[in-house]
Amino acid sequence: MLNPISLAFKKAKNEKRPALLTYTVAGDSSKKQSLEILQAISNYADILEVGVPHNTPVADGGQIQTSAYRAIKNGIKMNDIFKIVRDFKKNKNSKPVIFMGYYNMIFQYGENNFLKKCKKSGVNGLIVVDLPWPENKIFSRKCKKNSINFIQLLSPTTSNKRLKSITKDSHDMIYYISMLSTTGGKLKVSPKKILANYNKIKKISPKKNCVIGFGITEKTISNFKNTDGLVVGSQICKEITRSLSNRQNPVINVSKMVNKLRKKIS
Amino acid sequence: MKLKKGIPVIDQGDRLGFWGGKFGGNFVPETLKKPIEDLEIQFNKLKNDKNFIKERDRYFKNWIGTPTRFIKLNNLTKYVGGAQIWSKVVSDANGGAHKIYNATVHCLMAKRSGKKVIIGDTGAGYAGKMLSMAAKKFGLKCKIFMGAKDIKRQQPNVKAMKENGADVIPVYSGSQTLVDAVSECFRFWVANCDTTAMCVGSTVGPAIFVRICGWSTSQISRELKAQLINEFGDVPKKLKLYNCVGGGSSSFGFWNEFMDYNKKQVEFIGVEAGGPTKSKRHAAPLTYGSKIGILHGAAQYVNQNSDGQIEETESISAGLDYPGISPLHCFLKDTKRARYTAASDEEALKAYQIVTKYENLRPSLEPSHAFSVAIKEAKKFSKDTVVIINSCGDAYKDRSILEKKLGKKYVKSN
Repeated sequence: MLNPISLAFKKAKNEKRPALLTYTVAGDSSKKQSLEILQAISNYADILEVGVPHNTPVADGGQIQTSAYRAIKNGIKMNDIFKIVRDFKKNKNSKPVIFMGYYNMIFQYGENNFLKKCKKSGVNGLIVVDLPWPENKIFSRKCKKNSINFIQLLSPTTSNKRLKSITKDSHDMIYYISMLSTTGGKLKVSPKKILANYNKIKKISPKKNCVIGFGITEKTISNFKNTDGLVVGSQICKEITRSLSNRQNPVINVSKMVNKLRKKIS
Repeated sequence: MKLKKGIPVIDQGDRLGFWGGKFGGNFVPETLKKPIEDLEIQFNKLKNDKNFIKERDRYFKNWIGTPTRFIKLNNLTKYVGGAQIWSKVVSDANGGAHKIYNATVHCLMAKRSGKKVIIGDTGAGYAGKMLSMAAKKFGLKCKIFMGAKDIKRQQPNVKAMKENGADVIPVYSGSQTLVDAVSECFRFWVANCDTTAMCVGSTVGPAIFVRICGWSTSQISRELKAQLINEFGDVPKKLKLYNCVGGGSSSFGFWNEFMDYNKKQVEFIGVEAGGPTKSKRHAAPLTYGSKIGILHGAAQYVNQNSDGQIEETESISAGLDYPGISPLHCFLKDTKRARYTAASDEEALKAYQIVTKYENLRPSLEPSHAFSVAIKEAKKFSKDTVVIINSCGDAYKDRSILEKKLGKKYVKSN
């Protein structure tokens, strides 16, 4: 049987479109609201990345930082984040969930405890921004044992030699960082160049589902229709911030946005 | 966990960059793996390259001004009544602090690798000021990331950076101090690592930055060893080296050459910032038993909550106001080679008053922390004990804080 993440990719492929992955921060702007956002956007998104907020994020741009600080300020704790996922997963039609965060949160929880809790809550995959290969070898093996996808990251600076080793050690899904940027940067590389790199990865590792993230927005997303999957994060976080400052409901606005994104790649 | 003899501490990390198997490492986004690897290859080659060492030494001598003075503080010795108190006046160095060594080495390396821009973080403003000086000297463009709170409290250094042509970029996130400045600097490097060199301002960050910085500041103890032999004929039988510890670059450099001596002969005392007496907050992870965590790419003892969120620090000295500590110091602590303690804001201010009353020396608030503990402990030591405090910064930058806390007369001669 396919794991839920691979299944989501397969479904999208059957519909001849890339899978849509969204990123929202757990607890932004409150525990309740972040759960409502997940529930609302899972009507249109295929896989939900749930950001685990951290207060010294070395790879996140302004929008995601704002969301993370907002969540931390509102008191979000690791156990609340697990609960949000567990509540979300109670719904039969819920989509696969991937945690995205920084290693210190896992380290403090204890790797084994963390994975146990992930399994119990229904977390399907992990992206750990600051645990690169080969440092992640032992942990990613532990993830696999617990049927949790450890998602390796690749970037434009990744050498060919590294690329081969990393994809070899990856599970079902890999994440290609489109450009040298923190999250939320403007797409400063041509889609053609990004796709060339993407195709290079697919050639080396044709069976793995490869998603592209960083710089993917309503404006740019339709350039990447022939890929396995696309991640939109900062634009969604920005929409939450915008809604809050305009005293509008972020749940409605964000789900409208994700619906639009989905239409653009369908 | 064991400290090896005969091998520089900066080279005692394992294949993945961990000292003692658990401090340091490279917890960085994938994008930075390549530039970090490039830097490692370059540094490992250059540190054994005679021409590069010659070039470094030439700039250290003619531009930074080596050696910095090693002086006896006669009046303070008499006042305290115990050990002989000496100071290594590292603030003599061009620019007024030890940060110039690391900045110069990074600029020399950046130039060799063809980079046109160099970026750096700063807390007290010294790392930024020195980097801006070195960048100007070597024709590199320079951007300095600095917490908005620090910009306010360390104006003289901000002015100096701007005069050197650097862009000073205020950081408004989090606590608006050094920790956020380092994060922002990292983020900029993630987005621009193909054209830009990064200088981490202390012995913190991914392992290569810890090594480069420790290698650079070791100039301090190289000079001191020669000065001791010149003064006493040999390294004294009872020697105590006091140094403030924020990130840990000046203390590591002050101790490095003496690493292999028995600690009964040469003792290292690191003084962290205890923060205000009335506050629970501090910047002393080693003294107050903080847990190991990951901060800015390295595993270290760090102030954090049970979830792993980094905690805000509080200290009168911007240069020590950092929640983490160099992996090198974690290693020296756990191998028991160095001893760590803390001084409060009030104690540091008092030590500043005492030192400036008795001596023609104006240590900034950072070394004032070290003076505080040294003065307290020196009383109990025998006359043949040699106590040396690294006066690694000058109080000029602290004038507004000193004026506010102590009144005008303490800043008059600046």
